[in-house]
Amino acid sequence: MKKNRILAAVAAAAIAALAPLPALADLTLGVSISLTGPTSALGIPTKNGIALWPKEIAGEKLNVIVLDDATDPTTAVKNTRKFINEDKVDLIVGSVATPVAAAMADVAAEGKTVQLMLSPVNLPEGRGAWSFRMPQSTAVMAIPIVEHWKKNGVKSYGFLGYADAYGEAWLTDIKPLAEKAGIKLVDVERFARSDTAVTGQALKLMQANPDAILVVASGSGAAMPHKGLVERGYPKAKIYQTHGAATMDLIRIGGADVDGSFVSSGPAVVAEKLPEGNASKALGMQFKSQFEAANGKGSANQFAAHAFDVILVLQKAVPIALKKGKPGTPEFRAALKDAFETMGRTPVSQGVLNWTATDHFGYTPETGVLLKVANGDWQVVP
Amino acid sequence: MDFSTAGILLLDGVTNGAVYGLLALATVLVFAVTRVIFIPQGEFVAYGALTLALLQLGKVPGTIWLLLVLAAVAALLDLVDAARRGLPPAAMARGLVRTLVAPVVVAAVTWWAAPLKLHLLAQSALTLAIVTLLGPLVYRLAYQRLADATVLVLLIVSVGVHFALTGLGLVFFGAEGFRNPSFWDARFSAGPLMLSGQTIFIFVAAIALIVGLWLFFGRTLRGKALRATAVNRLGARLMGISTSGAGKLSFGLAAFIGALSGLLIGPTTTIFYDSGFLIGLKGFVAAIFGGLASYPAAALGALLVGVLESFSSFYASAFKEVIVFTLIIPVLLWRSFQHGHDDEEEQ
Repeated sequence: MKKNRILAAVAAAAIAALAPLPALADLTLGVSISLTGPTSALGIPTKNGIALWPKEIAGEKLNVIVLDDATDPTTAVKNTRKFINEDKVDLIVGSVATPVAAAMADVAAEGKTVQLMLSPVNLPEGRGAWSFRMPQSTAVMAIPIVEHWKKNGVKSYGFLGYADAYGEAWLTDIKPLAEKAGIKLVDVERFARSDTAVTGQALKLMQANPDAILVVASGSGAAMPHKGLVERGYPKAKIYQTHGAATMDLIRIGGADVDGSFVSSGPAVVAEKLPEGNASKALGMQFKSQFEAANGKGSANQFAAHAFDVILVLQKAVPIALKKGKPGTPEFRAALKDAFETMGRTPVSQGVLNWTATDHFGYTPETGVLLKVANGDWQVVP
Repeated sequence: MDFSTAGILLLDGVTNGAVYGLLALATVLVFAVTRVIFIPQGEFVAYGALTLALLQLGKVPGTIWLLLVLAAVAALLDLVDAARRGLPPAAMARGLVRTLVAPVVVAAVTWWAAPLKLHLLAQSALTLAIVTLLGPLVYRLAYQRLADATVLVLLIVSVGVHFALTGLGLVFFGAEGFRNPSFWDARFSAGPLMLSGQTIFIFVAAIALIVGLWLFFGRTLRGKALRATAVNRLGARLMGISTSGAGKLSFGLAAFIGALSGLLIGPTTTIFYDSGFLIGLKGFVAAIFGGLASYPAAALGALLVGVLESFSSFYASAFKEVIVFTLIIPVLLWRSFQHGHDDEEEQ
């Protein structure tokens, strides 16, 4: 008898040791972001934002698996396959780099698991059925820039952007908007993040002599082209940057050369400066105080805000999905996708989301804010 | 294109070319002496620029910890070697001191000086000292044991060292880029051409370094020993020249040149922890011009790479990199037709 009991105890211990998998009822999120490689500057603040995620959502314990994709699409695809096949995650988050997130979309769709992209990826028709974007589409973020151009009588503009998917997305999105407003694109120039100078591009743009120049770059890489243009004598007040550049790094590295320039941005980074009644003001301020308490003053940026917003959309969608299935099951994953598509208007710290079955960007047009750099800080342009 | 545009592009190209030229010289030097195709050359550029950036912020750069760890490991290996060879304790102690004293002193000075925010030139000198000392240690730890391996093995090691140094760079400096203050803020304009003080600084430093290297190789015993090793390793060894000493010296020079290049371009662009690779690669393309053997041809190649890059960024900015790196193919063709295939490698 006694022997049997010991055997049973040993067997139980062995089973416990052999089953490190999360209990079925837990909500498991697989996060693949770039902690190394060229876009690590975007991935690291995102990770800091993820560190502040709550322990549970809608009463379900939250398991988060974070993997580094090294800004490499192949690694990201491998991570995604691992999430789906081994970890059986309920939701995939990532990546922060556009080409990397795009590569993950097909795997996510194949595994019928929702992917929340942390990058504004434009996918062709028919791809990305399971992919939703947390950042604003470039089309939405281009609205405040073009509106500002219209108001100030800009008739022509030049484009100086990354020779990658982010640059391409901006070019294809702003062109029709500007065209409709009667603003002509006079020159398109490209550069790479690792370039040390844009002298040639700046000269060519100067010769085209546009009324405004749009610089499409991200993080601290956005300062170099900006300084290059100013160095060639282009007026600072006619340079516009995109939301990828709306971090303090632009001001830190750009210094006096970016003073007076304009940046299109999501609302979160300037939450306290937004007018009362903006749907994102309260959420943005909550994000900022929470994030800066943990990471120091001035550390909050849009990448961390997207991580914060992931939880906001989950808090709304998970209770809806739970009615149709338990976490860890295909039914739950499908229900989560339906919930995202049908939950309607959802204010988050970075704007107002309204995902539908046909629109997985979903930000409403009032989302974007135009900022002006003034004395080393942001100013909201009314 | 009008004359002024061409002038500006040419000036820009020659400025970048001067930096590529320095790196090309370092690449040729290392290859000639040790037969190592030194891919991590660019990492020293980033380390130089970013170490200075952190000193500017009044922070202790992580590179000094790397320096101390590498020195400690090298000292330990030396000790094991010496014990195996049965050297007397006094000789062992002397070797230990020789390996450790410079890194420890430099690290201590940095640690003391970092919060003081010294003058830019003093910080630059400190940066040069830190990065230059890394060179011989990298040789000691990664290459010395493999000194007689084939070029291919050494190349593979280089790739490994490159990845290790890039990864450590991310740890030390973070993912954000830095831009250093200019050494000389003056601006001179000649018609449409605008010459910044930094540009002049780059030219002066590049020329000074080339003259310095020329004097070093032509006039000093150590320089001549390096040249002898480059011509014939076995012969040099028979003449009593230490090949591992020559390797360390050449790596030290390469690290010094890399750090100096980093200081030179740091104020003209944003440098990230991984920016060095592409800059070093362009130096490598330039070095290929000289068949990894001729210094003047490498310098000329560097100017060509710089000018080509500058003009292609004007005409076809989306294909700039493609154009620069495609340049290597006709050069290789031309070289192999001219020289045929000489196989001193595979004896």
